[in-house]
Amino acid sequence: MSQTPIKPEYKQPWRERLAPWFFVSPSLVLLLAIGLFPVIYTGYYSTFNWTMGFGTPSFAGFGNYVQALTSSDFGWSVLRTLILLAITLPIELVLGLVIAFALDSAHNVWLRRALQVCLVIPIAITPAVIGLLAQLMFNQQFGIINYLIGLIGIAPVDWLGGSVSAFATVVAVHIWEWTPFVALVLSASLSTVPTDIEEAVMLETDRWWPRFKSVILPYMWPGITAALVFQTAFTIKSFGMIYSIAQGGPGTSTMFAMLQIERTAFRGFNIGLASAESILMLIMSIVLARIYIRLFYTDKDD
Amino acid sequence: MTRDLVARIGHAVLILIVLVVILFPLYWMVAASFKSADQLFRVPPPWLWSPTVAGYVDALANSGILRALGNSALVVGCAVLLGLMVGAPAAYGIARYQFRGRKEVWFWYVTNWMLVPVVILLPFYMTAVKLHLINNPIVLILVYQVFVVPLIIWLLVDQFRSVPVALEEAAQLDGLNRFTIFLRIALPLVKPGIAVAAILSGIFAWNDLLYAFVLTPSDSARTAPTIAMAYLGGYSVPWTKVMASSTMICAPVIIGGIIVHKYIARGLTLGAVK
Repeated sequence: MSQTPIKPEYKQPWRERLAPWFFVSPSLVLLLAIGLFPVIYTGYYSTFNWTMGFGTPSFAGFGNYVQALTSSDFGWSVLRTLILLAITLPIELVLGLVIAFALDSAHNVWLRRALQVCLVIPIAITPAVIGLLAQLMFNQQFGIINYLIGLIGIAPVDWLGGSVSAFATVVAVHIWEWTPFVALVLSASLSTVPTDIEEAVMLETDRWWPRFKSVILPYMWPGITAALVFQTAFTIKSFGMIYSIAQGGPGTSTMFAMLQIERTAFRGFNIGLASAESILMLIMSIVLARIYIRLFYTDKDD
Repeated sequence: MTRDLVARIGHAVLILIVLVVILFPLYWMVAASFKSADQLFRVPPPWLWSPTVAGYVDALANSGILRALGNSALVVGCAVLLGLMVGAPAAYGIARYQFRGRKEVWFWYVTNWMLVPVVILLPFYMTAVKLHLINNPIVLILVYQVFVVPLIIWLLVDQFRSVPVALEEAAQLDGLNRFTIFLRIALPLVKPGIAVAAILSGIFAWNDLLYAFVLTPSDSARTAPTIAMAYLGGYSVPWTKVMASSTMICAPVIIGGIIVHKYIARGLTLGAVK
């Protein structure tokens, strides 16, 4: 794509050099005010021992970080989040890949279009409502899920009542909510495989696997990486569905990192500890953003 | 020949299964919203029943759902408007200029998009308490910019790039300055893109639970997703009412999502996929 300023930067008059900043600075100032300033504030409070409403803050150094990293509550909630990722990512990737291929090779235009449109529904629907709906559908007495598994002879399960089954329910709902996103991303990247190359290989071999591995997969790596990076970010960030489905319970079985920090901050009002935990999560999101830039943002194509 | 036919049928069946799995919960929600409590709790569930709007009447009569929907509409509308006001020029700057620091600027947008919400929630909460702005929609409008602005910028950068440069060069020869060119020539040409950016970022603002939960907790200020949670407090959950409210809360985002479905994958990944 061609660019308007053809002259190298140093030869441009100062007006032209300042012009881009004239356009981008309002957004930068706004995001600095609501993004960076609060982060500094959080960083500052993370070095204090302070429970809001109880006494005055006292300096704690890295005490809160030590406590966050060694506390079993926070540690477990991070571990739970990682376990959720470890289970859902591969499943969503495989299912997403299957759906993307089905979409790519659908003969029936109507089926293809219906699927393309329907895939956005789980992404667009309010996560808090997904959790509520899951509570209804997975209800032990009158839930449709127990009725359906009853048809094939499985006894009703108290899905949200037991710790393992509640975690499994969150996994199932997460897969319903996010597989379509992965499928859409992979389907977009599948369409970057040049058709003439695909056709040429079709003549070479009839077998699906070698064709996929050596021809299609190389074109899909950027898409797969994008799906992994963003799926990880969205899972760490997500709050609505996870909160509304079981509020972290039963016990602490679905207490994921976001819920844990929310609890520390707004139920316990332990501002210092919650700040330190937030900063640790921030570091995680910055690492992800850096990975994004490294992988996808190249100056050559823009 | 027959092998081909089998493959085709298998293929169609696979797509149909995916469609059913995606749509069934949605159907179940809407169906539950038109059932009476008795029909909702019946096992086996009735597949045919005489629909009732009792759930809707119940929800509209005494839960403040209309007010919450109104609050959400106001917050989302203002948040998107503010996001467009700062995001559209920024997108133009990124699309049209090659400048030092451009990569860092982009990194800053991406960081905001990936940011874990709790990090900025805590200071926002404490500042809002100090300034007596808890329950004030302005706080939500501001805090939503964290994801609204990056999303809008990304979608519009794509749009501005597709505007022919020649058009703007001609205008430059006519003596128009860059801002006038942006405002009078480029901006009107990306109107459809602006609509897409507004809808997509609006969906995210509408769906937020965490910020609204903490920053606007009062009965009169809370937004739509928050009010759905309020029903859960009691001893027994009024399911028909909850499902009627849920249907009303989801309807706008589902319609919006269907309108912009082509842009969702590219939008959410900030352009990482074609």
